[in-house]
Amino acid sequence: MWLLQLAWKNMWRNRYRTLITMAAIFFAVILSVIASSLKEGIFNNLVKNVVSFYTGYAQVHKRGYWNEQILDNSFETAPATEQKILRQKNVAGITPRLESFALVSSGDVTKGSLVAGIDVEKETAITGLKDKLVQGIYLKSTDTAILLAQGLAERLKLKVADTAVLIGQGYHGATAAGKYVVKGIVKFGSPELNDKALFMPLAAAQDFYSAYGMVTSYVLSFNNTAAAEASVIAMRSSMDSSYEVMSWGDMIPDIKQHITADSNNMKYVQGILYMLICFGIFGTLLMMMVERKFEIGMLVAIGMKKIKLMVLLTVESILTVFAGCIIGLLVSIPVIYYLNRHPLRIGGETAKAYERFGFEAIFPTSTDAAIFINQGLVVIAMGLLISLYPVYKVIRLNPVAAMKK
Amino acid sequence: MNTVIDAHNISKVYNPTTIPVYAVNNVHLHLQKGEFTALVGPSGSGKTTLLNMIGGLDRPDEGNIFINGIDITKLSANELISFRLQNIGFVFQSFNLIPVLTAKENVEFIMQLQKASKQQREERVKTLFAQIGLQDKLNERPSRLSGGQQQRVAVARALASRPQFVLADEPTANLDTKSAFNLLDIMARLNREENITFLFSTHDQRVIDRARRVITLVDGRIVQDTAEVSTQHEEAAAVKT
Repeated sequence: MWLLQLAWKNMWRNRYRTLITMAAIFFAVILSVIASSLKEGIFNNLVKNVVSFYTGYAQVHKRGYWNEQILDNSFETAPATEQKILRQKNVAGITPRLESFALVSSGDVTKGSLVAGIDVEKETAITGLKDKLVQGIYLKSTDTAILLAQGLAERLKLKVADTAVLIGQGYHGATAAGKYVVKGIVKFGSPELNDKALFMPLAAAQDFYSAYGMVTSYVLSFNNTAAAEASVIAMRSSMDSSYEVMSWGDMIPDIKQHITADSNNMKYVQGILYMLICFGIFGTLLMMMVERKFEIGMLVAIGMKKIKLMVLLTVESILTVFAGCIIGLLVSIPVIYYLNRHPLRIGGETAKAYERFGFEAIFPTSTDAAIFINQGLVVIAMGLLISLYPVYKVIRLNPVAAMKK
Repeated sequence: MNTVIDAHNISKVYNPTTIPVYAVNNVHLHLQKGEFTALVGPSGSGKTTLLNMIGGLDRPDEGNIFINGIDITKLSANELISFRLQNIGFVFQSFNLIPVLTAKENVEFIMQLQKASKQQREERVKTLFAQIGLQDKLNERPSRLSGGQQQRVAVARALASRPQFVLADEPTANLDTKSAFNLLDIMARLNREENITFLFSTHDQRVIDRARRVITLVDGRIVQDTAEVSTQHEEAAAVKT
């Protein structure tokens, strides 16, 4: 206890030095928390934008479907399977799809399109399809009508209430053909989807492809999207081996790679930040050791064991680092929550590019508690690592040399 | 009388492989319990080196030092620290006290290292501050004390652990005459009344005049020791009678 009291008193013997060290740690924590939180927030937002276009955070298929996306790799819908999926931890919702390809024709124009048979209500709950409607009205489950992506509609010169002719190959080689009224036009940020996508109610799609009672995928939504990857891993072990469970990262690997690459770049930036902080803390420790050289030598001379002296100096460093770190975390929490509620808005051309892709031009922060904990721990670990310097000096201390003027 | 310090043939050599310089050269020194001894000599004569070796702060290159019969040259660095804590009191020339602690806490500090109880510490502090005459300065930080008062607190701290002897390296060097005499009076009284052994290095004639034994060092060798002179006088007187 007396050692702790002495450490506390020593900490304040040079008030300005201690405050400067604390300030360095304080700003380090705030900067690193904001940087990490922004990075996470931006990536989460990007993923949210991308997955909400179409894939969702995860999908369940018949095993082998993702490698060979044909109707023959579809599976029969079963309420028991759906219930089993819904019972999985973190799963918030599920929507079935029957997806395939077909030629869409209008007049003398024919285009290949991605046809998605959807549960109209559940689909919009997961991907917000209804919100993407720019003309016409949304589908009902009993409709035999379609929604066309804006780019595809423009290429086919189709408008709302026009009729499109679809022809393709159905389940087990059956011929798929039909005429459908365009009930609405939807707009996607992704040019690929915008030029290809066509939606119809699930029952109509099953009828068109002669795949009655069949679906090609279940699209899942999660309560905690940050834990989506872990939930997918858990589901893989609990699901029947005839199914494959894929995360958004498995289905859109290029986005995942982009995030990984950007995260790595961010680590370099944070590394430089941490190094600057380290030098700041080290500088003050260096000054402290020079200033107290005689005193430390005297303490050993009068009989203070080196181990006690090491503990004393380490406690002094820990107290300083902890104080700076805790104040930094306490200040960063409201800042991060404010930036989460009122995200930074991007302006100019970048904002236009974002909006063209259907993304909101914002940089939100992530309020994930792990960010605060991790950054706090990193800074504390750095402080502890640097506090090994005084320990090293004490180990090598010769009291006679230390007390020489 | 008990022998407290018994140094045999101790030498300390700097640059042993190039041009050897003997800081202390083949010194024999015996100190009895209750002696009040000054180690004098010009600068560079080896006073501080000898004091450091006797205090277990430095090791001799040759010879042995026995403190109360224990050869401290055979102790490890850690054992030496414990030995110093239990057996030797130190008073340095300056920067003696821990600046963030009060006078009382500085004296208690050494007893805390010895794991003394709070009651033991309180009693000892009370006695020591009465002996050094600073009862009213218990809660003052060193920066609020004069140089002389700081040295008196340093003496109290040196005595707090109830050491075998006190080593003082130029204790009055930075003090004015009044403070120096005051400090010497306290040290002499403690020596007389409590039979505490003091060995101090000094240039200061005021200190030398107060010492009951004066050992003079020149170039690392003892050239004069008043104890030997008085022993010879005593022997001569005995032969005459």
